[in-house]
Amino acid sequence: MSTLTIQNVKSDYQGQVILKGLNLTLEQGEIVALLGPSGCGKTTLLRAIAGLQAISEGSIAINGQSLSADGVFVPSENRGIGMIFQDYALFPHLTVSDNILFGVKDLTAKERSERLEDMLQLVKLEGLGKRYPHELSGGQQQRVSIARALAYQPELLLLDEPFSNIDSQVRSEMMLEIRQILKQRNVSAVFVTHSKDEAFVFADKLALFKEGGIVQHGLAEELYAEPIERYVAEFLGEGNYLTVTVKSPTQVSSVLGLIESTKTLNLALNSQGELLLRPQQIDLQPASQGHGEIVERRFLGTICHYWVKVGLQTLEVRSQLTALKLGQKVNLSISAHPLVIF
Amino acid sequence: MQRQGEFGMKSFKSLALLGLATVSSMGSMTATAAEDLTVYSYRQAFLVEPILEKFTQDTGINVNVVFAKDGIAERIAREGRLSPADVVLTSDFSRLMELVEKDLVVDVNSDTLNNNIPEQYRSPENDWYALTMRVRNVYSSKDRVGKLDLSYEDLASEEYRGKICTRSFKHPYNIALVASMIAHHGEAETKTWLEGVKANLARKPQGNDRAQVKAVKEGLCDIAIGNSYYFGKMMSDPKQKSWAEAVYINFPNQQNRGSHINVSGMALAKFAPNKDNAIKLMEFLSSDVAQKSYAEVNMEYPVKADVKPSEMVASWGDFKADSLPIFKLAENHQAAVKLLDEVKFDL
Amino acid sequence: MILGLTRSWSLAGYAIAVILILPLFALLVQATFPDEAVFSHLIDTVLPTYISNSLLLMLQVCLGSLVIAVPAAWLVARCDFPARRYFQWALLLPLAMPAYIVAYVYTDMLDYAGPVQRMLRQVFGWTSPQDYYFPDIRTLTGAAIMLSLVLFPYIYLLARTAFMEQSSSLLHASRIMGCSPWQSFWRLGLPMARPALAVGMALVAMETAADFATVSYFAVPTLTTAVYDTWLGYGSLSAAAKLSAIMLLVIFAMVGFERFARRKQELFQKQSRLTESDRYHLKGVKAWVSFSYCSLLIVLAFLLPFMVLAGYAIDYFDESWNSRFWQYSFNSLYIAAVVSFICVVLALLMMFIRRVSPRKSDILPSRLSSTGYAIPGTVLAIGVLVPLTYLDFAINDVYDYFDARGPGLLFTGSVFALIFAFCVRFVAISIGSIENSYKRISPSLDMASITMGQKPRQLLWRVHLPLLRKGIFAGALLVFIESMKELPAALLLRPIGFENLATHVFQFVSDEQLEHGALAAIVIVIVGLIPLIYLNRSLEQES
Repeated sequence: MSTLTIQNVKSDYQGQVILKGLNLTLEQGEIVALLGPSGCGKTTLLRAIAGLQAISEGSIAINGQSLSADGVFVPSENRGIGMIFQDYALFPHLTVSDNILFGVKDLTAKERSERLEDMLQLVKLEGLGKRYPHELSGGQQQRVSIARALAYQPELLLLDEPFSNIDSQVRSEMMLEIRQILKQRNVSAVFVTHSKDEAFVFADKLALFKEGGIVQHGLAEELYAEPIERYVAEFLGEGNYLTVTVKSPTQVSSVLGLIESTKTLNLALNSQGELLLRPQQIDLQPASQGHGEIVERRFLGTICHYWVKVGLQTLEVRSQLTALKLGQKVNLSISAHPLVIF
Repeated sequence: MQRQGEFGMKSFKSLALLGLATVSSMGSMTATAAEDLTVYSYRQAFLVEPILEKFTQDTGINVNVVFAKDGIAERIAREGRLSPADVVLTSDFSRLMELVEKDLVVDVNSDTLNNNIPEQYRSPENDWYALTMRVRNVYSSKDRVGKLDLSYEDLASEEYRGKICTRSFKHPYNIALVASMIAHHGEAETKTWLEGVKANLARKPQGNDRAQVKAVKEGLCDIAIGNSYYFGKMMSDPKQKSWAEAVYINFPNQQNRGSHINVSGMALAKFAPNKDNAIKLMEFLSSDVAQKSYAEVNMEYPVKADVKPSEMVASWGDFKADSLPIFKLAENHQAAVKLLDEVKFDL
Repeated sequence: MILGLTRSWSLAGYAIAVILILPLFALLVQATFPDEAVFSHLIDTVLPTYISNSLLLMLQVCLGSLVIAVPAAWLVARCDFPARRYFQWALLLPLAMPAYIVAYVYTDMLDYAGPVQRMLRQVFGWTSPQDYYFPDIRTLTGAAIMLSLVLFPYIYLLARTAFMEQSSSLLHASRIMGCSPWQSFWRLGLPMARPALAVGMALVAMETAADFATVSYFAVPTLTTAVYDTWLGYGSLSAAAKLSAIMLLVIFAMVGFERFARRKQELFQKQSRLTESDRYHLKGVKAWVSFSYCSLLIVLAFLLPFMVLAGYAIDYFDESWNSRFWQYSFNSLYIAAVVSFICVVLALLMMFIRRVSPRKSDILPSRLSSTGYAIPGTVLAIGVLVPLTYLDFAINDVYDYFDARGPGLLFTGSVFALIFAFCVRFVAISIGSIENSYKRISPSLDMASITMGQKPRQLLWRVHLPLLRKGIFAGALLVFIESMKELPAALLLRPIGFENLATHVFQFVSDEQLEHGALAAIVIVIVGLIPLIYLNRSLEQES
């Protein structure tokens, strides 16, 4: 049974449609990232799940129990949902311990202190229980908010851009740490972010948002390798778009010559399309008679990012060959892979 | 919806309890026993308390006296049949008239009162009684003017241009004076008189009667209008004695009708909860002993014919009082106020 | 926002608001009742004078306060000179001084018999008023000066903040483009502070309109005194209500203007703040002129009247230090404590509902309740008495129906009316204070608590209440002080025979014997100084 089931959820605010019919399911222990630019409705959906935002149509259910649907509205405080906020929302007037135990009910004093110790240990904040939030670093505050959200054992954890206030140097470390905590407890989580990098690191699955709807939902690798539309491809990484003509179910022709596909293309013969080529999918070989010329380069350490002019088009290429100079003629080749053509 | 009546009974109950506690604690601040007498007084409490204490000693009836400078009539009117007031003491005649006009007092049929208080000092309908009287005097500078034998009419004469000081003419004491002028001369002539007096003012009407005497002492003006008892009060105040010593107290209109008299008085409230005891108190206030001390504390003249004023008051000399019955002033009260508005006396 | 907030919360909010605006409504109804031609008589005679006096007074006080406050605010916000840090809070001291006390002290000092003119006469050998000219202080302009002296801190406080919040980059830009400090004041500082000044002037005008004691002492008849006189003198409640309605018209125009200016002001406020190095460091003559100007203001508006008052209090101490003084002090403190408690509870409830309610219209109760602050005490008194009298009679009618002895004047005969009026007038202060505190609490705290299973009541009790502590305290304190100072409503609504410090002091002022009430006046002033300690601390933190 899936933890979270969202069906055809619509929401509008002052006549403006914010969510236009969303479907999403989440399995027990899964972490899904709601990814998209700001204003696309991902935070609205998160709040709707938490019961902080009304929906006008559709239904939201956890473990088969309906939370929001026609004539049903379970108030936030009875949904058993944990939430972590962008600004952590720690109560400034309470100590770390009191913050963590804020939502814990129906336990004896002994159980409460056990729960507290368990949580402090989980988030590696042993000994800091007496401190106040303002005496902690940003990362520590973040961990307190996680401990607080997990302490009352919610069915589902919601995270609203939780890493945007963390220093970029420690961000991915932090994400892995927290991901580990969630996995360790087998917690289902919905995570809102506008950063694909965060989504890749933290989530099991992605749900990419566009103007109040989910464009594509699935494993990160799937979305990256097989985006169903150009918006998805562009959002998840840089790419070149090459005009190609379908020559056979596994072959297209382009300015770079024939390119092989390892998967059958569902396109009519001789139809034209735009082929998505990630910069690392293009190979470079220096050649004095090459049909391309390097017009710009940027050194990135182990690799180098080149802008290569081919005919009228400029392609972006990432290559392990870091010594190529401006003006160098090169040959470009593309190894066979499942082609993505829009 | 799972939460029903969240704000519900519990919170409301505690709020309501708090409210009740507040209201009852407020009530207790002003509560009085039901059989006690309540006196609403325009005269300050310390002036009347000694006499009322005497009354309590004699009769065993407790008296609560509450003082207000303004608005007692308005308040009794608003309180209507729920008013706790038994007896109203006023500091002047116009306040008595206000009570009568608003139908807030009721007549008393007491032979004691009618015997003690002369006819011209009580209402023909027995619904109010004067207790003490005072003269609206004209004070003159000892140095610059000397003792005067003038009339109120003279105050409008050019001789005193820029030399007169007075308090607001909207004050009841001055309104009563204007009313008496109307009674003697009619409205048109009084209006001319008011314009003349206004033209003679050294400054815009302001302050109280004492402040006018002080102004004479300082040389701001030569003539001040003021009640007789203020002279006595200043004489007995160490700081103000020098003010009083700078002026003569003059009794106007001695050559003709006599000086304008105003009175303080009392009346029985229409809805008095304890009418019988209230009448006992009123009778007591007209008795020799009360008359003597009530007049004495405020340096006034007792209305009861055979009671003598205090030595100091007597020392200002005998005078002839205007024989106009006091209630005649009432007939001209509204006219006086309107005239004052018309000539913008205070503005 | 709590989507499932039950309607009973909203209803509670509306119930509070309806009770609090009842007086306003009652007043307008009363104004439609016949008044036996009293009102038309007033129109024919003195009303035009009253209206023009009121408007002239407001105009003069606004201009006077502006002229006094703006230089002081600019100096303190933008320059550095000796003792500037002390001036920034000391310039607020006059707020603690009731205007009628300042008026009394200066009248005593400046009138013909006062020490100033006496000295002049001695020096120049004059003997009578005809020998020389000396301006009369008991005039409209005199009253305007007195009111300006105690009201200018409103404009000072707002202007100072506005000057400090003007972006330093703008200031730098103007300097680079060749503006002298003087030019940058006229071309940049002043125009950008205009909305703040407008807000300040609207507040000053409202306070002026509400003033009863000063104009009554100076015998300058205004609409406020006219309401009092018409009610108690002519005995016509309806005519007084009609006058009040005219007055409210003027006042609500001012409120609208203030709201408008406030919105403008928010547009002009920037995040970046001035740093110490952005100040003009005044030297030599300029420094001393600035120092003297600020000192003079404080001396004239606070120190001098305070010293005179203290002198009186010492001279008449034995006479004043008696059981009556204690009784009046207790009455003042009791009323102020009850009022501030009620105001804070009501404001907290309304602001909580406004914060968490999903219904947009729930903003209304706190908005509506805030209008009470604009209603002058004299006017409010009429509005309070009308419905309460009605209520008193209704209750007694019920008792009569059952042949029981009624409780008498439960509301109008007790301090209830007084407390009710004070709450109507001052709840806006506690609303404002709590509103400000609420702005600093992140909405995600609410969401966090309710996702953790907290009911609205628990959210209020466990999260908001502790976090709003400072705002609640500040609100209660301000209401407390205003309740101690408020005079006209107390004069008109107190149960007969009831005195508090303010009515006690005013009685002596109107009898021209403030000396006897000086001790009580000192208590009012000193209690009024308490919030300045807090203001001082927050101002220090700012800079």
